Amino acid sequence: MATTVDEAPASRKTNRIGLTQTDYKGKPSTLCKGCGHDSISSQLVKAFFEYGIEPHRVAKLSGIGCSSKTPAYFLNRSHGFNAVHGRMPSIATGCVLANRELIAVGVSGDGDTASIGIGQFVHLLRRNLPVVYIVENNGVYGLTKGQFSATADLGSKLKTGVSNDLPAIDLCGLAVELGATYVARSFAGDPKQVVALIQGAFGHSGTAVLDIISPCVTFNNHAGSTKSYTWGKDNEELIHEVDFIPHFEDIEVEYGEGEALSVELHDGSHIVLKKLERDYDPRNRRRAMELLAEAHEKQQFLTGLVYVDPKEKTFLDLLNLVDEPLATLSVERVRPPRSALEEIMETLA
Amino acid sequence: MSTETLVGESKSAVRPAIVNDFSIQVATVNGSGSQSSNNVLMRSIFQMGVPVSGKNLFPSNIQGLPTWFTIRASKSSYVARKREVDLLVAMNPQTAREDVASLGPGAAVVYEETLGLEKTRSDLVFYPVPFSDLAKEVIDEVRLRKLLANMIYVGVVGHLLSIDKDEIHAAVEKQFKSKAKAVELNVKAVEIGFAYAEKHLTKSDPLRVERMDATGGKILIDGNAAGALGSMFAGVTVVTWYPITPSSSLVEQLIDYLKAYRIDEKTGKATFAVVQAEDELAAIGMVLGAAWAGARSMTSTSGPGISLMAEFVGLGYYAEIPAVIWDIQRVGPSTGLPTRTAQGDVLSTYLLSHGDTKHILLFPSSAEECFEFGGTAFDLAERFQTPIFVMSDLDLGMNIWMSDPFSYPDKPLDRGKILDAAALEKAKKFARYRDIDGDGIPYRTLPGTRHPLAAYFTRGSGHTADAEYSERPDVYQENLDRLARKFETARRYVPGPVTDEADGNEVGIIAFGTSHWAVLESRDQLRAEHDVSTSYLRIRALPFNDELAGFVERHERIYVVEQNRDAQMLQLVRMELAENAALVARLRSVLHYDGLPIDARSVTDEILRQERSKG
Ligand SMILES: Cc1ncc(C[n+]2csc(CCOP(=O)(O)OP(=O)(O)O)c2C)c(N)n1
Ligand code: SF4
Repeated sequence: MATTVDEAPASRKTNRIGLTQTDYKGKPSTLCKGCGHDSISSQLVKAFFEYGIEPHRVAKLSGIGCSSKTPAYFLNRSHGFNAVHGRMPSIATGCVLANRELIAVGVSGDGDTASIGIGQFVHLLRRNLPVVYIVENNGVYGLTKGQFSATADLGSKLKTGVSNDLPAIDLCGLAVELGATYVARSFAGDPKQVVALIQGAFGHSGTAVLDIISPCVTFNNHAGSTKSYTWGKDNEELIHEVDFIPHFEDIEVEYGEGEALSVELHDGSHIVLKKLERDYDPRNRRRAMELLAEAHEKQQFLTGLVYVDPKEKTFLDLLNLVDEPLATLSVERVRPPRSALEEIMETLA
Repeated sequence: MSTETLVGESKSAVRPAIVNDFSIQVATVNGSGSQSSNNVLMRSIFQMGVPVSGKNLFPSNIQGLPTWFTIRASKSSYVARKREVDLLVAMNPQTAREDVASLGPGAAVVYEETLGLEKTRSDLVFYPVPFSDLAKEVIDEVRLRKLLANMIYVGVVGHLLSIDKDEIHAAVEKQFKSKAKAVELNVKAVEIGFAYAEKHLTKSDPLRVERMDATGGKILIDGNAAGALGSMFAGVTVVTWYPITPSSSLVEQLIDYLKAYRIDEKTGKATFAVVQAEDELAAIGMVLGAAWAGARSMTSTSGPGISLMAEFVGLGYYAEIPAVIWDIQRVGPSTGLPTRTAQGDVLSTYLLSHGDTKHILLFPSSAEECFEFGGTAFDLAERFQTPIFVMSDLDLGMNIWMSDPFSYPDKPLDRGKILDAAALEKAKKFARYRDIDGDGIPYRTLPGTRHPLAAYFTRGSGHTADAEYSERPDVYQENLDRLARKFETARRYVPGPVTDEADGNEVGIIAFGTSHWAVLESRDQLRAEHDVSTSYLRIRALPFNDELAGFVERHERIYVVEQNRDAQMLQLVRMELAENAALVARLRSVLHYDGLPIDARSVTDEILRQERSKG
């Protein structure tokens, strides 16, 4: 069922570059109704619109998965690249090196990032490449029908009854530890926070990682340590017939800084979100690590901007690149003169 | 000195001098620093005007295992490996006995006196030298003595072969550039070797270097350096790599050249980006990302890396993204003989990835072609919007070849069919995958193009001509058919074969890459020694063009010479000619796959064997 991700009534309101929100829309989504990923797409549309970014300057990049399909569902007027599973970071790296004027926005899933792609993810963090990297984290492989991902909580169960015996990878912890310079966590159903964090990422020059909890309405029937499970077993079997995909409404939440909020997901399970305090200083890396560890112990998902370092050199600075895009340098600037070749030949004679 | 007669040879009659036509093998221990000595020895012969080639047969090891360097001097400019060794410099006690045992009768051996090799055979010429003692004369420092012992053998061999001492000195200076102290010590070592040989050794072998004039204006270079230069002068801007022998030196040398010649004078900033990636998957991903965004981007690897790139290369093929990938082929797998040469990636690379993929492959035979194809590869990649492979090998990439200096590429870069904002404005419409020109090649736009029509969404093969998502059977099939059409167009664009044919020849030879040099020499052997005159077609690229069928048609028996076990190129030739069974029946195979560079004698022997048994 095709729905357009942003169903707010078309507004004539224009942003600072004279575009309307509609100018930032994408193709109709083909994801399940109520999928958290669609909310994030809508929030991307809103963030780009409000920020007033020229769509042609954006490159939308992704790997493979339901989440990775979403770059088709926002910013029609930007180039997009749906690459291979887990390898979006390398595509993003090449893309930004070729044209440093592009605003690279990568969208990935937790399977895409935390399993097959973790090697590339880790090295992207290390390089502090200028890119906004969004993980639409649902704890499962949506597109291959519900297997565990490496961010699934310990003890959560698949609908087949199989339980997850391995600890979850905390992508924010990884990102802070390995060099990302803007690290945030949020919940797809909290549009205000998501939009604010995305816009913050636009203003950041290095790698910005946004780990956004994005419920999979079709396969996320977890019962686990961090989510309270309240759905009856009989019921579960009934509504999770493989070819029956129920329609759900988007979940929306609103809660204040420093507050904790328990949210009921579509399958009746709960997730506890805790928004960072207003006076939290995200520039302290060690504190950020501690905080993530504390939240983990309390079985809370800490939301907000966990860590930021606006001063660290980016990969482009390290490479000392010319200011113009490499892609379109004239031949005179990329082919050394005849005398250079003659000089080299001389040394080899 | 060079006119002395060959006295003192007790076992056989005086042999006529062999001038400028022999091979030297230096056996040392890996990590003992013999590379500069070998370079100096080779270069000094080169400076005497004598064509040379140098091949390093080294182990997968940093220190301690045996390694051999062979220098071939050839007045006829033969540069393939010569199977027989004429002069052995046995510096490795571990292998000395075996090395000596493998020599043909009459060969000469220079060796450390204390090894007592003269007792092992009576049909060789032995030159014992007290290298360790002599090294003490050069320097007190024990650590450097071993190194300098290597330079002493250069002096000994220089004297035995009548190489001009001044040329050795000049070669030392070239090798150590401006490092005065190193030059001084090494020259001293050479002198000591020279003096020792003059005083204590009686020339008893027939080998000699005499000045000739066949190297004037030539350069000495390895194929990887040539490929690096070709890439730089083709305007490469994004280079990614993951270290692997024998390809690392391509990028490492490229980095040096880029730093020297591609820093913007005004700003001091780089007009290039080089990234050592976390693995080959990332390396090719970065290349595709960069090329998608419009940069001339490349990576260099070897067989194991090519396997890792398979999935991405398939995406590159279907999504139509340029990429240049150098495959410096080696023996597989990583725990095989990773530092030995082969042409074993032909089939797997041609069809690399999933579904109906096939790729354009270039096969350079020489350093000059490495340079040239460095540019050709980018032009083809951007023209055809597809990954292009340059299929070099360890022999070409890491060994030292004599070459004409490279000529400056005057041709403008072919950036292919790119629509910028102005072109879009004129065209009024844009469909990323529509075949407007009937050649199968669509137009593309680059991200960042400021025009409402520019943007499109890139995904594998499930798309319409407008780049919209589609799983419709007819749409998919049309897309695949267009890709096949594009590949047909490529036949006319890729470098065609080089042929040397004469009327009436029954035997034709087909080869590619480094096999070329053995074939050249083998053809001379076949003609001179066996009165078999041959024609020759050297493949320079896949897909083939029409010349292949014509060549096969004009000859009775065609030998496809290659360095792999399964006759991979022959298989492709068979596929190409499959519709004509009579032609296919003419194809035969000459294979060489022991890890060493192919030599002419092996080719000659095998062709003769099959010629004799033809029935
Ligand atoms: C090399 C490779 N292996 C496996 C797959 C199959 N595959 C497609 S999507 C996917 C998982 C996606 O999960 P996730 O990234 O969490 O995204 P979601 O669908 O949950 O949004 C897998 C395993 C593939 N496309 N490529
Ligand atoms: S399967 Fe899950 S992740 Fe995929 S579209 Fe449906 S709800 Fe979203």
